Amino acid sequence: MDVKDIFSYDWSYLLPEFIILGFATFLSLLDLFAGKRLGRQVIGWLSLAGVVLAAVFVFVNVNVLDKPYSYMADMIRIDDYGNAFKLLFLAGTAFAILLSLSYLKKGEVTHTGEYYYLMLTGLLGAMVMASSADLITLFVGLELLSLSSYVLVGLRKKSLQSNESAFKYVVSGGIATAVILFGMSYVYGLTGTTHIYEISFRLAEAGMAGYQFLVYMAFAFLAVGLAFKISAAPNHMWAPDVYQGAPTPVTAFLAVVSKAAGFSLVFRVLLISFFNVSNGTDRFFFQEASLYLGIMAAASMIIGNTMALRQTNVKRMMAYSGIAQAGYILVPFVPPTTLFFGEVIFYLFGYMLVSFGAFAVIMVVTREQGTEDLKGFAGLYHRSPVMAIAMSIFLLSLAGIPVTAGFFGKFYLFMGALAQENYWLAAIMIVTSVISYYYYFGIIRQMYMRQGTSEAPLAVPKGIWTLVLVLAILTVVFGAFPGLVTDYVQVHFNPSFDFGNMLPPNFQ
Amino acid sequence: MVSGANILLSSLVFSPLLAILVIACIPGRRFAAIKQVGILGTLLPLILAFWMFGLFNYDTSNLQFVERHDWISIPIGLAQTGTVFAFEINYELGVDGISMPLILLTAIIGTLAAVASWQIKKRLKEFFILLHLLLIGMLGVFAADNLFLFFIFFELTLVPMYFLIGIWGYGEREHAANKFLLYNGIGSGIMLLAFIAIFVVMRTLNIDQIAAILTTPDHPVTAALTPTVRFALFMALFVAFAIKLPVFPFHTWMLKVHVQAPPSIVMIHSGILLKMGAYGLLRMGIGFFPEQAYQFSTWLAILGIINVLYGAVLAFVQKDLKMVLAYSSISHMGIVLLGFAAMNSIGFQGAMFQVVSHGFISALLFFLIGVIWDRTQTSMIDDLGGLSKSMPFVSGVFLAGGMASLGLPGMSGFISEFFAFLGLFGRMPVLAAIGALGIVLTAVYLLRAIMRTTFGPTPSRFTGLADAQPMEVIPMVVLLGFIILIGVYPAVLGNPMQQALKTIVPIVTGIGG
Repeated sequence: MDVKDIFSYDWSYLLPEFIILGFATFLSLLDLFAGKRLGRQVIGWLSLAGVVLAAVFVFVNVNVLDKPYSYMADMIRIDDYGNAFKLLFLAGTAFAILLSLSYLKKGEVTHTGEYYYLMLTGLLGAMVMASSADLITLFVGLELLSLSSYVLVGLRKKSLQSNESAFKYVVSGGIATAVILFGMSYVYGLTGTTHIYEISFRLAEAGMAGYQFLVYMAFAFLAVGLAFKISAAPNHMWAPDVYQGAPTPVTAFLAVVSKAAGFSLVFRVLLISFFNVSNGTDRFFFQEASLYLGIMAAASMIIGNTMALRQTNVKRMMAYSGIAQAGYILVPFVPPTTLFFGEVIFYLFGYMLVSFGAFAVIMVVTREQGTEDLKGFAGLYHRSPVMAIAMSIFLLSLAGIPVTAGFFGKFYLFMGALAQENYWLAAIMIVTSVISYYYYFGIIRQMYMRQGTSEAPLAVPKGIWTLVLVLAILTVVFGAFPGLVTDYVQVHFNPSFDFGNMLPPNFQ
Repeated sequence: MVSGANILLSSLVFSPLLAILVIACIPGRRFAAIKQVGILGTLLPLILAFWMFGLFNYDTSNLQFVERHDWISIPIGLAQTGTVFAFEINYELGVDGISMPLILLTAIIGTLAAVASWQIKKRLKEFFILLHLLLIGMLGVFAADNLFLFFIFFELTLVPMYFLIGIWGYGEREHAANKFLLYNGIGSGIMLLAFIAIFVVMRTLNIDQIAAILTTPDHPVTAALTPTVRFALFMALFVAFAIKLPVFPFHTWMLKVHVQAPPSIVMIHSGILLKMGAYGLLRMGIGFFPEQAYQFSTWLAILGIINVLYGAVLAFVQKDLKMVLAYSSISHMGIVLLGFAAMNSIGFQGAMFQVVSHGFISALLFFLIGVIWDRTQTSMIDDLGGLSKSMPFVSGVFLAGGMASLGLPGMSGFISEFFAFLGLFGRMPVLAAIGALGIVLTAVYLLRAIMRTTFGPTPSRFTGLADAQPMEVIPMVVLLGFIILIGVYPAVLGNPMQQALKTIVPIVTGIGG
């Protein structure tokens, strides 16, 4: 490929990535040369501006593109699937930065410049993960996100817990990466290519040519490795420790952006690569692979929701709740149908609103109380009714009680599962959801029914107060009118770009 | 008569919102103002409910006051022609002769419960906001003509109840609230599963349409529903509503709630929330799957008898007046099951009469327990006694309520039990005879409880107790009035129900031959 070919691409579709890259670079230089003279907040606001600007161009892409645009043999691929996920990442990062602006005022994290531009590079990694159809670039994106998050988790340098978290995250993350790479090496060994659409055909040939076992191995390693990123069983153990030690906005970033990025990768890589593999009569993916993913989903729901019952640390509880949520989001994949894209996007969207709302309240309360124990929430209703009511809405949404975005998300997932006659998974989802009521309502109990140590009004920063209120209102609005999202997804995103002819329709 | 543009029903269902908004604006320490608004606010749905009852057309079995709006559309994919396939979830409300009396019951008990909340002493503002939210949920359940909407309203009652029990209840309130939440959560979950399973096959959530399609023989849409699937769906719906009703093995949560929740909330709980189970069982369980219900009817009768006898026997040995009435509720809900098991017009009528009648009676009795507790700080039978000296009026009403409950002719309890057993004798004479024993036991445990508390020597600490205040007299008189009205003039309830039952009964009896 010579230089002329590279310039023949229309690079404007990559503007969002370039903007994030540009801002990250610029901010790191700014921090280096002018960090001392700038206020702590300036870099934060600038990075927020970068995220918003990038989101604008993603919207432009959404409206302009009517078919996928591919760079260099799909090393980068701009399509609706990726764009939808990118909007989630950008919104999530924007919320994380808003939380950080308040969080960093207290000065626990001394390296504020690094904090913000690492978040941007993490975001860039997530965006690459969503918009590539080549194992190499996908892996680079994954690593960019992972390495940024390892550092972010450990940025409270003087906190023992933060250091412990970062260390555990690096080690377990490193192992997961190794497992993924090992799986990829099987894929490459069998197919001789890293382009997943080609892999799709060649893996099928390999399967037919008697290498069935190796295809299974490849799938197993990829699935287990990727489970790390979405904190699903069997690779979920890191989440509670890491969530607990990380600065709260980073925890929220991991819970939403990093997890959503993981899902974008899981769906694209596993579905496309293994789509054509068959044993002669049945499609491997729809018969077997999705069953294994269903077992992962079930295990995540059960482990997450039952372990959360015993937690007294609210961030650990949210981590286990996140494991369960990951299990829910895997449900539409068992096996995937034309509905799965809408289900996943809506669920992640609702989960994003709720998670940031909940973590914002958690951040305010735990800092004021100086403890992350559940008891810190005692009497919150008397100290700040708005925070308590908003937090209740977030918790109800996580539990899947109407009228909230979380309820419709679950309803949608149920619909998909039952349309597939996946009764066992739907039943597990119902039972574990009810179990989850117990711990979500545990926080509610503290807020309304227990006496706190203090009755003084809780000082909530204005920015956080507004953010929480807006998120709570949005949670209810999208719960009552989910069509606002599902219609937008239907009109603007057409996943059949990538998956259309692959997926069986739910309903004939 | 009624056009789709009519918004009377929506106004009724959401009318408590007005009170919520007003109360939210009143500072929390102005107790008197909050109380006034809280009580006046419940008059609005009451007036609208009576107005609607006045407009109600007795001569049609169709839904009335129907409202239909597009709400959510779930895209499924593109058809070959390029048009978008979508699943529509509409906002659909409507009432018929079964739901109309229940809406009226809800509005009446709602107002009286608000009046009965005079003994709530703390956090009044939150209390009344939650009470009105609960009211919206209950009215919505009976007004919904769409499974999705029904489910949302059903769940909407869950959260306010959790708080109302957990904050304003007695000693073990939090435990009771948790138990309530988990049991009902499971019930709702199973219900949701059944609803969505129906949705994906039928592609509609409209209750009327689903019933019509499912009961049409050889309808093309229902080809996927083999008898086994239908039976599974029926059982799922049965279990979901059996938890709410509650039917024997699922009843423990309800005992806790009855004992721990504040009296005004128990009035609502026992008077209305339990009835949502009966309503759902008739409208969805039997209405959707009459054939399966018919096959299952012997079991319905057996479960009904277990409820009747188990409740009655245990009510006899309880030491706490509240427990007596809680078990009495279980026993009386057994009669609802017996009425359903009859699978004929009279039986259904008896069941629905029992639903309304028990709503009034249990509301009255729990209200009285609240009054007694307010003065004596106890509801243990052994601690009470001789109340008729100091509180003659309260004791008299208590006795009258007890008589209604045990089925004295001339009161609503008699009519409903009579119909239910009459219906059942036609089909299962032996089971009906066993069940009728319950009536005898009811008399025994109720008279024991009432005698021990109101008659006998008056302990010195109870001599100075005040009799009912005017604010307490109103609910007693109103409830007793309705109990007697239904007792002496059952047509007031029977007429509206006739037409609606006519649509269900022929299908059921057609199967029975």
